Amino acid sequence: MSAAMLGAVTPTTTYYLILSALLFGIGAAGLMIRRNPLIMFMCIELMLNAVNLSFVALAVRFGNIDGQTAVFFVMVVAAAEVVVGLGLIISLLKRRPGANADDLAELRG
Amino acid sequence: MLDVIWLIPAFPLAGFLLILLFGRRLGEPRSGYLAATMVLLSFVVSVGAYFDLLSMSEEERSHVESLFSWVPVDSLQIDMAFLADPLSITMCLFVTGIGFLIHLFAIGYMHGDPKFSKFFLYLNLFVLSMTLLVLGENLLVTFLGWEGVGTCSYLLISFWHTKDANASAGKKAFVTNRIGDWGFMLAMFLGFQAIGSVSYLNLNLAAESGAIGQSTATGISMLLFVGAVGKSAQLPLYVWLPDAMAGPTPVSALIHAATMVTAGVFLMTRMNPMLAAAAPEVSVLIAWVGAITALFAATIAVAQTDIKKVLAYSTVSQLGYMFLAVGSGAFVAAIFHMVTHAFFKALMFLGSGSVIHGMHHEQDMRKMGALRKVMPVTAATFIIGWLAIAGVPPFAGFWSKDEILLFTLAERGPVLYAIGLVTAVLTAFYMTRQVIMVFFGDARWGSHANEAEAAHLEHADDETDGAEADAVDDAHPVETHGAHGEFKPHESPPIMLFPLVVLAGLAMVGGIIQLPSFGFIPSDWRHKLEDWLHPIVAPGEAEITGSSAYDAKELLAVLAIACALVGIAAAVAIYAKKMAKPVEPEILADGWGYDRAISAFMGGPGRKAFDAIAWFDKTIVDGAVNGAATTISKSAGVIRRGQTGNVRNYAGILGAGVVLLLVWFVIGRGVL
Repeated sequence: MSAAMLGAVTPTTTYYLILSALLFGIGAAGLMIRRNPLIMFMCIELMLNAVNLSFVALAVRFGNIDGQTAVFFVMVVAAAEVVVGLGLIISLLKRRPGANADDLAELRG
Repeated sequence: MLDVIWLIPAFPLAGFLLILLFGRRLGEPRSGYLAATMVLLSFVVSVGAYFDLLSMSEEERSHVESLFSWVPVDSLQIDMAFLADPLSITMCLFVTGIGFLIHLFAIGYMHGDPKFSKFFLYLNLFVLSMTLLVLGENLLVTFLGWEGVGTCSYLLISFWHTKDANASAGKKAFVTNRIGDWGFMLAMFLGFQAIGSVSYLNLNLAAESGAIGQSTATGISMLLFVGAVGKSAQLPLYVWLPDAMAGPTPVSALIHAATMVTAGVFLMTRMNPMLAAAAPEVSVLIAWVGAITALFAATIAVAQTDIKKVLAYSTVSQLGYMFLAVGSGAFVAAIFHMVTHAFFKALMFLGSGSVIHGMHHEQDMRKMGALRKVMPVTAATFIIGWLAIAGVPPFAGFWSKDEILLFTLAERGPVLYAIGLVTAVLTAFYMTRQVIMVFFGDARWGSHANEAEAAHLEHADDETDGAEADAVDDAHPVETHGAHGEFKPHESPPIMLFPLVVLAGLAMVGGIIQLPSFGFIPSDWRHKLEDWLHPIVAPGEAEITGSSAYDAKELLAVLAIACALVGIAAAVAIYAKKMAKPVEPEILADGWGYDRAISAFMGGPGRKAFDAIAWFDKTIVDGAVNGAATTISKSAGVIRRGQTGNVRNYAGILGAGVVLLLVWFVIGRGVL
């Protein structure tokens, strides 16, 4: 069963980039709208993955390995961010009831 | 010994550090002996270096001992290096030699002072600075010592700083010297700019070879002279020296006879090729400043009543003679007079210290008299010093002063020579007056039996060093204090008399280092100092052997002796035989009102000018700085409101930024 049999169009790079932009937009909107730090965290992951998608798509498009290499770096950074970020969030949730990022403004200027 | 020339400053440094660390534990008198030993060791090294140089041929007598690279900055390479040549070793010999004697004297003089160890700490630091000054191979090392002696003089003059007068005298010395230091520094910069080096050898070589133009040489010489005027207390910067008498007497002897004030003359002699390369007007100016200072200070000395103030003005006057010599191109004579002056002036300062000590800190000569009976050794040595400074042959002062006057007549003509002669008469006059007032005539110290005055005296003793008076009482249980109704001066202990005797010996025979070429003097006894210093002073030294003054030198010497005798006779007539009432005009006692005029100026218009400058600094300069700070602080206050601590807020700003960037790329740069 191929894509052509289903009558669907062959996806070009543009489709991937549009999908990437949509995912990034959803992530960014979620980060700004939601208050639960865990959800916000997932939104960040979404944005990172959207960027990864555009990297891979463009790497394939130009036959260049650089984009894929960048993805590895992004994944390493994301992993590290999760380790530190989740630790922070969990210790915050332990300290105070509820999960509202807006309440956490103690380091404001 | 030349390889270890650095030991000369190293010993006082060691003494300074040891007393700094263990001074309290050493206490009296051990810290005094330690300090004195260190200076003695420096003296021994100096003597060794002297004999080393003596064994070399004349051209080789210049040894540079480099310790380390001090200021290595690109083209500016300055070493911590010492220069051992006849001039610096001559200076070292008398600085450390007389310094040692003064240390010994101070052990007796400062006996019982609660800050005994600290005093010797400062004294050793002073000798360290002075040896650095004279041994420095370049202007910067000399400047280090130059500032060092300035600092030490401040510390020592205001040593008894609980008294207002002492504290302000120290400040006055410090501030006045700063003006001179300004000249010194500018001279150093100018020299570096001209040839890229501040080394004496390079500067002098450049001056001799003409690598430094006449205008630059004139600038350097004039600025160095400004420095010398400050340090050596010439007009118009002499004001600090008489006030500096507030310090303990050994300090006066050390600073004002043997070391610090001679630094200016030393510097001019060291740089004499530069002076020779400068415009001839510079030398004429130096000669005039010296001569006028000599006369001016001598007139003031005539009417002083404080035993040390007379000597202080006398020092200013004698330093004027030395600058007269420098300005007449008689560098050998300047150094010669510096050496003999160090002998007899140190002797007289220490003698006055002995008198002050014996009189329980009475310094007013009007309350002395007839002290020769109770203080025979002090009196005998002081009289030798008096004959030396008055210019009576064969004492040391006669030879050096005569040499200066000879050069003055030959090089600068009869006017300056006449000023020098008048000063000589006045010198003989005021010194005779002092000797008569202190050691002869009626004993006027009996008046201390007066109850009120005695109580006052006792009080003054307590203020300075009350412990000393007690200790003196211990040593001489028979003698009693003024407060007990009876006052009796006493002779000083042997440790104070020994330096007096040695210095008296030097003041008697010191002239043999530079005897003139008179017919009756064997030819190989003549001009020893000149032969010794010759390679160093040759470029600037005046040649007068062909002049008419030189041919008449015996006659001039007789004239100088006559002047001395006239001065002595006049003083004897007025003060001893009481033929005339003492003629001491108020204006002379007041120092021509010079000091008061400066105070009035500084207190009036000067004060207003300084207030205006302070206002300018406060409103304009500080205002600009503070205004900039306030602007930044206020704008920061506005911006900090954006920092809410709300993560979503930040994310929104970030997102907006991304969108803006996108818009800019798409519309502005045409991407896509």
